[in-house]
Amino acid sequence: MEILNASLVNWSRAQFAMTAAYHWLFVPLTLGLGVMMAIMETNYVRTGDEKWRKTAKFWQTIFGINFAIGVATGIILEFQFGTNWSNYSWFVGDIFGAPLAIEAIVAFFLEATFISIMFFGWNRVSKKAHLTATWLTILGATLSAYWILVANAWMQYPVGMNFNPDTVRNEMTDFWAVALSPVAVNKFFHAVLSGWGLGASFVVGVGSWYLLKKRHVDFALKSIKMGAAFGFISFILLAVTGDGSAYQVAQKQPMKLASMEGLYKGKTGAGMVAFGILNPNKQAYNDSIDPYYFKIELPKLLSLLGYRDINAFVPGINDIVDGGYTLPDGEKALSFDEKKERGQLAIQALANYRKAKQEGRDADAAEYKNTLQENYAYFGYGYLKTGQDSIPHVPLTFYSFHLMVIIGFYFILMFAIVWYFGHKKKMESAKWLQYIALWSIPLAYLAGQLGWIVAEVGRQPWTIQDVLPVQAAVSGLSTGNVITTFILFATLFTLLLVAEVTILVKQIKKGPEI
Amino acid sequence: MITYSFLQHYWWFIISLLCGVLTFLLFVQGGQSMLYSLAKTEDEKKLLVNALGRKWEYTFTTLVTFGGAFFASFPLFYSTSFGGAYWVWMLLLFCFVLQAVSYEFHSKPGNIFGANTYRAFLFINGVLGTFLLGVAVATFFTGSAFSVNKENLLNVGSAGGSVISRWENPFHGLEALGNLRNWCLGLSLLFLARTLAALFFVNRLDHAALVEKSKKYVLYNGVPFVIFFLIFLVRTLFAEGFAVDPGSGIVSMEKMKYLHNFLQMPIVLVMFLLGVAAVLYGIAGTVFKNDFRKGIWYSGVGTVLTVTLLLLIAGYNHTAYYPSTYDLQSSLTIQNSSSSEFTLRVMFYVSLLVPVVIGYIVYAWRSLEKKPLSMEDLKSDEHAY
Repeated sequence: MEILNASLVNWSRAQFAMTAAYHWLFVPLTLGLGVMMAIMETNYVRTGDEKWRKTAKFWQTIFGINFAIGVATGIILEFQFGTNWSNYSWFVGDIFGAPLAIEAIVAFFLEATFISIMFFGWNRVSKKAHLTATWLTILGATLSAYWILVANAWMQYPVGMNFNPDTVRNEMTDFWAVALSPVAVNKFFHAVLSGWGLGASFVVGVGSWYLLKKRHVDFALKSIKMGAAFGFISFILLAVTGDGSAYQVAQKQPMKLASMEGLYKGKTGAGMVAFGILNPNKQAYNDSIDPYYFKIELPKLLSLLGYRDINAFVPGINDIVDGGYTLPDGEKALSFDEKKERGQLAIQALANYRKAKQEGRDADAAEYKNTLQENYAYFGYGYLKTGQDSIPHVPLTFYSFHLMVIIGFYFILMFAIVWYFGHKKKMESAKWLQYIALWSIPLAYLAGQLGWIVAEVGRQPWTIQDVLPVQAAVSGLSTGNVITTFILFATLFTLLLVAEVTILVKQIKKGPEI
Repeated sequence: MITYSFLQHYWWFIISLLCGVLTFLLFVQGGQSMLYSLAKTEDEKKLLVNALGRKWEYTFTTLVTFGGAFFASFPLFYSTSFGGAYWVWMLLLFCFVLQAVSYEFHSKPGNIFGANTYRAFLFINGVLGTFLLGVAVATFFTGSAFSVNKENLLNVGSAGGSVISRWENPFHGLEALGNLRNWCLGLSLLFLARTLAALFFVNRLDHAALVEKSKKYVLYNGVPFVIFFLIFLVRTLFAEGFAVDPGSGIVSMEKMKYLHNFLQMPIVLVMFLLGVAAVLYGIAGTVFKNDFRKGIWYSGVGTVLTVTLLLLIAGYNHTAYYPSTYDLQSSLTIQNSSSSEFTLRVMFYVSLLVPVVIGYIVYAWRSLEKKPLSMEDLKSDEHAY
């Protein structure tokens, strides 16, 4: 028997986080570049202009290099639910497996099939058939993102399900509630738009490099003009969907929102921190240390964004742990201890139910089932020990969130300026702007990574919000096994990343054949 | 009438079919395993890589679909096997990660490690990927040491943790290599993949020397494939199998269980034999007829049939498809490991889209394969690997 311990959970989390972080380095470029590349090819088919064909083909080569490594990192993610989170796979596989299967059947096959025509079909199928294949490739990639994000959103906001004590798992009762959950829809638009924004930043940055080198000037200006418009619109829409995300988080995951804002003591008419430095000496939610060294707040904004009311009460971490405040529906919020007690009641009721069923005591079983159902919403709290266990890592969540938002607004400004300069035909001479655009590419990657840190670290300690904490979801492996595979995949992915970047740089230096 | 039982059987059929299709598509891996032996010159290697490189995504996507469909329809298998036989699955995934980048990277300037490294990656994926998959599938008949106890979830904070499915030895799947029958299916799959690859090259390449050599490779690999497969099959049919009492669900050992399954499901037996015959016809036709180039289609369809039906006898007719040798009653059946009726029904409707998927795959395949691939094609193809 292998002992389950904290380091196994931490290493399993680290492995998943590492794989997901690598995967999200490549997926956004696939999503963003894919759309721009398809628009460029559409221009070629509409106008017959050979330059558009060559422009599209150049970006297609970049797309292909990036796509391959995205696929490589993606397969590990799917199977890791089983390899490293086996309890999770059984406990919610009835619901969670479906979007993954649908993703493979309706989306990944579409993408993987038509990508071969996109790459190899230039001289084998008609222009229109090729263009259709290109659009279907990117449609497949985008649909793929949708179903993966449906699965992820369900972990943040579990809906459309019922716990079955006979099978000891959650079972789907409403497919459409899962597939069209407001968290999923919003997450999809936010994540895909971040990919579009990154793709735009990449195209504008690479185009600027050509301008700096005074090579392929026409190609570069064409790419920059399209990229800037695409990027500006994407980032404006990102702000809108970001607002939608924050609203959903406020309603469904108030602890995550409090951590994103470093808000310990809740208040009505809460302001949003525009800039702040947390006090690293704060160790526990209930110590008397001020959480901030310094902060600049935008008054009332957090209440407005979170609850659409400038005077709404936003609970802080202490309020959520201690309970007692009034929820938007008028109910009194339970404290952590009360939730834990109800979670333990649910777990005990499940044990009693199964025993009663085995012994044929049906009346008792029905009563236990009732108790279980009444308390099931807090099932996961039965696994936690103290209120502190229910709080995510506040500094990581806080800084990730704020840096992501700052980068987002930076890109709105940058794309607006680049678009303006492009429109006024001044881009070619604005060297300073070319440098800025070039060196902004890493920021777009950083913003995407930070967004996922907010979403996933902010969800801790849960794999499924309120229902299953990470320590009850993990596989029965030894820590050594997981450390070994972590090192194996971290090394492999790092080497492949280095190779990918070097290939991309070489391809970009080689340039389009115009 | 779509009952829960029908849906469980339907989904086991879909899983079996996906495994059959995946096995056929492993010709890509088989071809990769022959990069160093079949091709001698740089041009020949390039031609092989490009012929296979237009197909690798199908294999990869089928593997992903296989995983997703298994998760959605039989989640207890997903949690028990993947979380337990950790090393087998992780090594398998490692091989497929190597493959995914190798085609795109191997001829690109700046790939750091050089084309030979990526070819070595393809070779590793070709040999180890097929062999390990065969070993993993063989455990559906030979069993693994695990236990399943859903009440473990109630052990909040206990030393053993709340893990439901536990692997009862520290090797986490590698112990499967200690079973000769598992080796037989692993080697059988490796040689089948190589045989199919040789048949594919005969069909796809416009290169006289490679086609001629590929025909010989069909024989060289077809013979060991048949030998290893026969050993596995005969041993399995006459060995004890894992029978499930339909009333109580109790699992017990039954002599010649898999042979009984064939005999009690004659349609499955007939189709299986047809599949085997088609595989052999594809091989024999290519070896003995000079102008016969369609062997890949006969052997391909035969492979899909054979593997699908072999897996049907693992799960149908009251049989535990993922047996536990540690605790017989922990064995997984299509009844005790499946998703709920609601989920299986939803997924049943989704699966009705599969013919559409097959339709556009056929379109894409045919669009790119109007004529055999030659070195001339590669010179004019800007995306050649």
